[in-house]
Amino acid sequence: MLTNHARLMQFFSEASDITGRKKLQKIIYILQKCHLPFEEKYQFHFYGPYSEELSLRVEELCNLGLIAEKKESVHNYIQYHYQITDDGKAFLEQFHLDMPDMTEQIAMLKAKSSRFLELVSTMLYFEGLTIDKLTKKIHTVKPKQNYTEVEIDEALQFIRTVNPVQ
Amino acid sequence: MLYKDEQLHEEKVFKDPVHRYVHVQDRVIWDLIAAPEFQRLRRIKQLGTSYLTFHGAEHSRFNHSLGVYEIVRRIIGNFEDRDDWNDGERLLCLCAALLHDLGHGPFSHSFEKVFKLDHEHFTQQIILGDTHVHTILERVESGFSQKVADVIDKTYEDKLVVSLISSQIDADRMDYLQRDAYFTGVSYGHFDMERILRVMRPIEDQVVIKSSGMHAVEDYIMSRYQMYWQVYFHPVTRSAEVILSKILHRAKYLFESNYMFKLKPFHFVAFFNEDVGLADYLKLDESIVFYYFQLWQEEDDAILQDLCERFMNRRLFKYIEFNPNLQMNEWMDLYKLFQEAGINPDYYLEVDSSSDLPYDFYRPGEEDERLPINLLMPDGNLKELSRNSDIVESISGKKRTDHKLYFPADTLTELSDDSPVKQRIMELLDVNQYLKGDEESVD
Repeated sequence: MLTNHARLMQFFSEASDITGRKKLQKIIYILQKCHLPFEEKYQFHFYGPYSEELSLRVEELCNLGLIAEKKESVHNYIQYHYQITDDGKAFLEQFHLDMPDMTEQIAMLKAKSSRFLELVSTMLYFEGLTIDKLTKKIHTVKPKQNYTEVEIDEALQFIRTVNPVQ
Repeated sequence: MLYKDEQLHEEKVFKDPVHRYVHVQDRVIWDLIAAPEFQRLRRIKQLGTSYLTFHGAEHSRFNHSLGVYEIVRRIIGNFEDRDDWNDGERLLCLCAALLHDLGHGPFSHSFEKVFKLDHEHFTQQIILGDTHVHTILERVESGFSQKVADVIDKTYEDKLVVSLISSQIDADRMDYLQRDAYFTGVSYGHFDMERILRVMRPIEDQVVIKSSGMHAVEDYIMSRYQMYWQVYFHPVTRSAEVILSKILHRAKYLFESNYMFKLKPFHFVAFFNEDVGLADYLKLDESIVFYYFQLWQEEDDAILQDLCERFMNRRLFKYIEFNPNLQMNEWMDLYKLFQEAGINPDYYLEVDSSSDLPYDFYRPGEEDERLPINLLMPDGNLKELSRNSDIVESISGKKRTDHKLYFPADTLTELSDDSPVKQRIMELLDVNQYLKGDEESVD
């Protein structure tokens, strides 16, 4: 029952800390698209790929004391921080999990802004489209973000780097 | 006359227990209903295993899809001539409403989990692939099938069109709440839909509710809340779903272990190999699943045979409340004790979780991205529903989660009373608690 939870904990263990729920959502989605074995189901919400299953699992891990959630007031909203706890590390050691190493990908993803990750995850959601159609689609589904062509090019380059199979 | 404008010589109606009549005037809609991919929905129950709890819940995805179409048809009828409504989107809305669940398979939730499938992916494939539905949509105009797929995928440019089928107050929910309440026979789930339809207004890229209709919307939100906990997450239904998932897991495991089935499970091979093409997917409906479950009751594998016999004859697992926060060690102990007793815990011990967020609205920094229900105030301003309604405010953003531990009480009872393993298992499972659970089950 806990394999999917353990996979997420392996992620938190390698990430050391994650800031922002939106960022967490987009990182796991991108890792999934890089063929890492995360099984949370995503749907396209009004602001990009989002998984209620992931949200629930993280909440459960927090309730179990395996992940620590810290809230911080930033301007007019709440920023969430996540870290694996000592209990979480102990649990993970008992769990014989066979996961590919993702340290490098996580480091690359963590270094990017949530706005950029939102763009990358949205582009991956429409991965079958040609570049022209993809650009048009980005502007259709995210008109308010005003993504520039430079940002879209940068995101394409990033996708190739983070997932060379792409 | 263009195909997209073609009307039937006389209006067709489907008698419907929820909406009284479903009206069809467009040739395109009539043709879509007749398409084999849509007719297939007759053979897929709307509520999966709920019929084992609520014996009336035998209605199909076909019934629900027609219902969603009918609600959207009525909404659009009310929107005609309003400033922010583009009547050119009418047929697109109707097609998307009718086809929104087209990719559901038999017992979708269990199949999706075990075989790593996504019914939404198959909805897209059916609409865009080599199918009758695709041919009909492309007759409307080139690229029309892609538009329908985009609306259902929530990526269509006109968010007003998307929100009719997918938002916190949409035609999909309004139909399934009423329909599921009707067929299960429960008293929750009813609300004044006619009133809601009368107070819906299209404004820019969203549907808003005239503030005078707020109480009807409150009733709808509370109906949804009740239906989730009283019907959709009913523990007896969940028990049947746990067994169903275990059957699929066991059959897949046996297939991968080169077990010789008495009859090769042809319809499942693509699923076991996790390489499911559209043709394989469309062939599998509930009648086929039941056929194999019937056969598997006579298989030599004791676990597959027992699980199928349980599912077909409603010999379900019992359950107790389970708090993962406090009882994880007990679960690990039980896992080992089941092994010692010769009962495979991978198939006979399961924690199942249900969770629901009845209503929420987007807050900066939060990860959930739900669009709020906005009220249209008399001064023309919009106000988010929970800011005006104490009832909705009390449940906004509050996720409720429930965990239960499922196990075969009858198998445990058959263990020797002298066995210390049995005594320890019974202590941990708290026999009194699960007996109480049994009395409360419906049907």
